[in-house]
Amino acid sequence: MSWIDIASIDDIPLRGARVVKTPVGCIALFRTDEAEIYAASDSCPHKGGPLSEGIIHGQRVTCPLHNWVFDLNTGEAQGADEGRIETYPVQIEAGRVLLDGTLLGKRSAA
Amino acid sequence: MKQKLVVIGAGMASGRVLEHLTDAAPDAYDITLFNAEPRGNYNRIMLSPVLSGEKTYEEIVTHDDEWYAERSITCRFGEHVVGIDPEMKVVEGQNGHVPYDKLVIATGSAPFIIPVPGHDMPNVISYRDLDDTNAMIDATAKGGKAVVIGGGLLGLEAAAGLKERGMDVTVLHLMGHLMERQLDESAGFLLRKELEARGITVITQASTKAILGEERAEAVLLESGEVLDADLVVMAVGIRPETRLATDAGLDVARGIEVNAQMQTSDPDIQAVGECVEFDGHLFGLVAPLYDQAKVVAQTLLDEPEVFVVKELATKLKVTGCDLFSAGDFAEGEGREDIVFRDPARGVYKRLVLEDDRLIGAVMYGDTTDGNWFFGLIKDGTDIEEMRDTLIFGPAYQGGGSVDPLSAVAALPPEAEICGCNGICKGTIVEAISGGATDLAAIRAKTKASASCGTCTGLVEQLLQVTLGDEFQMPTAQPICGCTDLSHEDVRRLIKSKELKSQPAVWQELGWATPNGCHVCRPAINFYLLADWPLEYQDDPQSRFVNERKHANIQKDGTFSVVPRMWGGITNSTELRAIADAADKYAVPTVKVTGGQRIDLLGVRGEDLPHIWADLNRAGLVSGHAYSKGLRTVKTCVGTDHCRFGTRDSTGLGIKLERALWGSWTPHKVKLAVSGCPRNCAEATCKDVGVICVDSGYQVGVAGAAGMDVKETERLADVATEEEAVEMTIAFVQLYRENAKYLDRAYKWVAKVGLDWVRERVVDNSEERKALVERFELSQSVYRKDPWAEEAEKAQTYAPLADLTLEAAE
Repeated sequence: MSWIDIASIDDIPLRGARVVKTPVGCIALFRTDEAEIYAASDSCPHKGGPLSEGIIHGQRVTCPLHNWVFDLNTGEAQGADEGRIETYPVQIEAGRVLLDGTLLGKRSAA
Repeated sequence: MKQKLVVIGAGMASGRVLEHLTDAAPDAYDITLFNAEPRGNYNRIMLSPVLSGEKTYEEIVTHDDEWYAERSITCRFGEHVVGIDPEMKVVEGQNGHVPYDKLVIATGSAPFIIPVPGHDMPNVISYRDLDDTNAMIDATAKGGKAVVIGGGLLGLEAAAGLKERGMDVTVLHLMGHLMERQLDESAGFLLRKELEARGITVITQASTKAILGEERAEAVLLESGEVLDADLVVMAVGIRPETRLATDAGLDVARGIEVNAQMQTSDPDIQAVGECVEFDGHLFGLVAPLYDQAKVVAQTLLDEPEVFVVKELATKLKVTGCDLFSAGDFAEGEGREDIVFRDPARGVYKRLVLEDDRLIGAVMYGDTTDGNWFFGLIKDGTDIEEMRDTLIFGPAYQGGGSVDPLSAVAALPPEAEICGCNGICKGTIVEAISGGATDLAAIRAKTKASASCGTCTGLVEQLLQVTLGDEFQMPTAQPICGCTDLSHEDVRRLIKSKELKSQPAVWQELGWATPNGCHVCRPAINFYLLADWPLEYQDDPQSRFVNERKHANIQKDGTFSVVPRMWGGITNSTELRAIADAADKYAVPTVKVTGGQRIDLLGVRGEDLPHIWADLNRAGLVSGHAYSKGLRTVKTCVGTDHCRFGTRDSTGLGIKLERALWGSWTPHKVKLAVSGCPRNCAEATCKDVGVICVDSGYQVGVAGAAGMDVKETERLADVATEEEAVEMTIAFVQLYRENAKYLDRAYKWVAKVGLDWVRERVVDNSEERKALVERFELSQSVYRKDPWAEEAEKAQTYAPLADLTLEAAE
């Protein structure tokens, strides 16, 4: 694993999200709690809604377009909806948010 | 050789007997059915909706011709039975006799007619069957005055229906308060108030002396000497069992036809069922025990052992929209204690009567959600000492709380009764759901649950939800969402009374089941808090739907639309140039004129938003809030400025209103319009608030709609000056902000609280109006500002946090 420093945790509002552009598409960083960040694909598998614009509650996010709800631990859609978003390893160190750079390596290896 | 069964009377009880019998043993009997009414079985409980015009007779038919034909039942409808000969086992009809092996008497009840002079005139009618209902409907065609004698359930239903059809209605009631058998005084008072609010006059302790008139009733004379004009008199003072045939046949008759637990009369080959019977000293008027009896009759006819038992009954009634519930004994007495809860603003009253730490009676008005739970406590004689303090708040507050709003229903045992009318328990319904009945209609068809009076519909829906999970979408969720058992109304009330000023305070104090809500409750709670505590509470963008957080409307491709404000629909060449420049600069694919007299720039990329706003700001344009549950637009016509018909400066008033109201958050969007004359070019009569200028002043209408529903505004007030028009509008909007449920448009809210309630506060009481305006201004001191200007400063937050694509390419 190679961790890449992305931003200060305070750049992401509590129960808010920000987007990081990556070779594998837009990844949303969700701040679900004071010191809790999840990273997952920003795109809803249903109609491509920007999940970073959704309402974040517990460890879940609701898509702003049609209210699909995803569990950020597993990426699985909740309830009757079937679908999954890719989730990514993330770390918080000394108030900085780090993403695993090997997800970029995937691209270069391909 | 088939046995011969004769049934006298085709009402709801005997109808149920025939259903059970022909389902269980289609070929057991040759059946002949007599009915004095020229029709078969229909749902008598639904006569009130027929009277008020909400339903037609066809919709309440339970058994149509085809139903009888399929079961080879010989129908002799419209034919009176003249006599019964138990010796010869023959029933004598007007058109000939029929022999029987078994006979079922189901003659029901007859209306009690007070034998005052004039009671037999043609326009004096009772309220018992379809013919009575039709007679009343015919009478309403001419309008005029109706006097209803009797303030019990039937009388009040009749009164409400007649009022609905435009008659001037007075209800006379002998006792001190309405429905004294089901309600105590306080609940009776609330019911009276509600009826009076609808324009029905109620006179209690009114004893009728005579009905006056030559050939037709023209007036009702009271013992007090008061004379009430009447074009129609409805007598609904009570019913008595119809026992004449049984008496003539020599059967044992007390108040009703006496039966044993097998529903057999003193002649074992003759059974009786329904309102005409007396069992163990009891008479029966509600449908639930009648259906129990029907089952016993059918079983007895098939020689299967079955016993009828009298159950304690709760009454859950709907008098045309007023929710009532009463159960057990609620008279005051030695050693009895009361727990009372009142919410005057919501018109809610709950009273529990306790004796020896047991609940023995309950009366509820306005909010009957917990009725069945209380009824269960009464029936089971549960010791309530431990939960006494919170008892009146219902099951949601007991023992650490049931966190899931559906857990109460989920926890019910299979034998718990859900549908009181038809005696259907949870197990039966769940079985039906598992068997493929996955919606309300199917469950009604299969089990009959919720098919009679319909008050258990909510519970049945909850069972569907519990059993089917997310496959079933609750049509009307009582609690806000899965995070709480509380309704919107409850939460609004608690936020005020417990002075909850932050979301965590709400979650903690009101026992949210989730750590921080969900996408359903968070926007609602955020609104309630900022509406109630504008200075103390800080608006939380993370609790807003994307449009309100981004101050733009998200489109299906993830781009946004931008609508600058044009006050009163007025713009100028500078603004238009700025809009055109912005459209060019940000490559806006679509420019559209909206229905609210604004220009919409569609297809702006999210990260461009702060920049386009900054550009528009420089030309003096601010956010048009086209995305908000707040003031949207004030549409105007050109009024006296240019129009030769205009009576006043409608454009000027529209701009004033928009300047006063912009930036305010409301439960749902708010749209206004001002028209300069009754030609109404600004279409003010379908807005949340619409003002029409006339020579004499301003007509302020509210609660219009032109969306999913189309509804004309209702007149709030006529005022002489522009200042008053503005004040009325602001006071109305503030009242809406303070009281409505989140996502109820103004018209839905007004339909719930009633325009009169609104008028009392906004129009009649000038102090309250001023206080409303003051509170609105206080809130506007925070919120009357351009969010675009603020957001444009934070442009970096609209851009990606980082771009790793470049690094990857290296």
